Amino acid sequence: MKFRGKVWKFGDNIDTDAIIPARYLNIWDPQGLAAHCMEDADPDFVKKMKPGDIIVGGENFGCGSSREHAPIAIKAAGIACVVAKSFARIFYRNSFNMGLPIFESPDLWGKVKEGDEIEVDADAGQIRLIGSAAARLSIQPVPPFMQELIADGGLMNHITKGRKK
Amino acid sequence: MGMTITEKILSRHAGLAEVRPGMLINAKVDIALGNDITAPIAIDAFRKAGGGKVFDREKVVLVADHFAPNKDIDSAEQCKLMRDFALEQKLTHYYDVGEAGVEHALLPEKGIVVPGDLVAGADSHTCTYGAVGAFATGVGSTDLAAAMMTGELWFKVPETMKFVYQGRRRPWVSGKDLILYTIGRIGVDGALYRAMEFTGDAVAGLSMADRLTMANMAIEAGGKNGIFIPDAVTEDYCRNRAERKYTFDTSDPDAKYHSVIAIDVEKIEPQVSFPHLPSNAKGISEVGDVRIDQSIIGSCTNGRIEDLRIAAEVLKGRHIAPHYRLIVIPATPAVYRQAMREGLFDIFLDAGGVVSLPTCGPCLGGYMGILAKGERSVSTTNRNFVGRMGHPGSEVYLAGPAVAAATAVAGRLAGPEQL
Repeated sequence: MKFRGKVWKFGDNIDTDAIIPARYLNIWDPQGLAAHCMEDADPDFVKKMKPGDIIVGGENFGCGSSREHAPIAIKAAGIACVVAKSFARIFYRNSFNMGLPIFESPDLWGKVKEGDEIEVDADAGQIRLIGSAAARLSIQPVPPFMQELIADGGLMNHITKGRKK
Repeated sequence: MGMTITEKILSRHAGLAEVRPGMLINAKVDIALGNDITAPIAIDAFRKAGGGKVFDREKVVLVADHFAPNKDIDSAEQCKLMRDFALEQKLTHYYDVGEAGVEHALLPEKGIVVPGDLVAGADSHTCTYGAVGAFATGVGSTDLAAAMMTGELWFKVPETMKFVYQGRRRPWVSGKDLILYTIGRIGVDGALYRAMEFTGDAVAGLSMADRLTMANMAIEAGGKNGIFIPDAVTEDYCRNRAERKYTFDTSDPDAKYHSVIAIDVEKIEPQVSFPHLPSNAKGISEVGDVRIDQSIIGSCTNGRIEDLRIAAEVLKGRHIAPHYRLIVIPATPAVYRQAMREGLFDIFLDAGGVVSLPTCGPCLGGYMGILAKGERSVSTTNRNFVGRMGHPGSEVYLAGPAVAAATAVAGRLAGPEQL
């Protein structure tokens, strides 16, 4: 897994109401949700971002509601992956279950600015800052069990596969 | 070495003699819960995976509460999708308008969740059930789909933070004030990934309603679950309502904790959490002069009969401020009926308020009290994020029912003692 894209930066405690406001929870079609991705954190986000871009968050990204609509909206908007200092636990779990790649890096946030280009190499466990002084940062390894989930294509595929054995 | 109550419940459901923090386990769930927002996505995933029948029709619980009674056509479609599934699967515990209430008030009230249970709910406030001594945690819709199919889910055993509350509560200080104060102290990620165990002399004297309020907000500190050790209060609460046999677990004296945090309850006055984080808690004497437009009294946090009684005590013989909106939302049909019988509706209506039917409604910006740009609501709910109750330029102040009621009278942030 390798992702190269432009950085969109957000602060600490970006909650799921900011990622997908509850007023849109009467929608469950992924593209319908994607149209409002990050709307209450940055109303123009969907207009500005391009598929393949990367969200860089601070502490406790995705806190609040358990709504899976949040990772669905981010994934359907075309965001390649999210890198944050830390994630709220339900969002963390949902992202793996849904197949939205997310990575913890306590240091990246302080080293990039919005618009910078980075490359996230999950296999090498590394983030490369492009254009700047060739900086490389390591990312927290994904636990083996979670790697298995991703390899199977998410939780439901993992279960279906297990049942067939 | 000993185990905490959280570790004991997890180990029993995983069929292991003991578990330790950090272990990944597969555990059986006693209850898998969804609502009209989260269940449609779960049902879709369940069907796509060829789900067939749910693992146990007694153990899958679906409640139409968030945008029900249907607030618009899209919500009606979501409720219908859930209803069709519930009827097709012949679910014992499916609750629709008339029987439904706010899920986390409804399940304990009906004895569907009992001490010692492991509950996975596709709603972040599932952690509420820790009040009766269950392990209960919020999950996403895909997890719910998996639990509905297999009756099992994977969990990472959390470390536990122990909170020890000592001392006597001041007048008008409720469970809501204790938990807002606690979140104010540790922050919105102060318990990230961890269990919060609430103990001490001061919680031994707390009613089940207050315990439900506290466990409900464990998620607002990032917690995986909040939990109380079952005691005589738990036994009184469960004896005549539990649907199943229950187990009282306790933490061993030599259990290992991530940390122990002592809280002197005598110092805590009624709290208000300012926009836009639940951790922005202040004592009522420090709030300053903040004009407010609306009070919401209800939700899974504070919509029980005990909460309505506190609000009525403050509002009796008083009237709300001019051009102020007071909206009272009993959390369940049983709370609704009880409040009506006790004459609380008369008190709210005489004060100039309204009484809504049971729904999550305004708590998450659904309906029944949405805010315009620049408006402010004090609310007994659990989140005050940007745009949570309406326009992104509106503000939510979190408090207990006493402050929400007193503020309605004053038209600005106030506690009962300021009236």
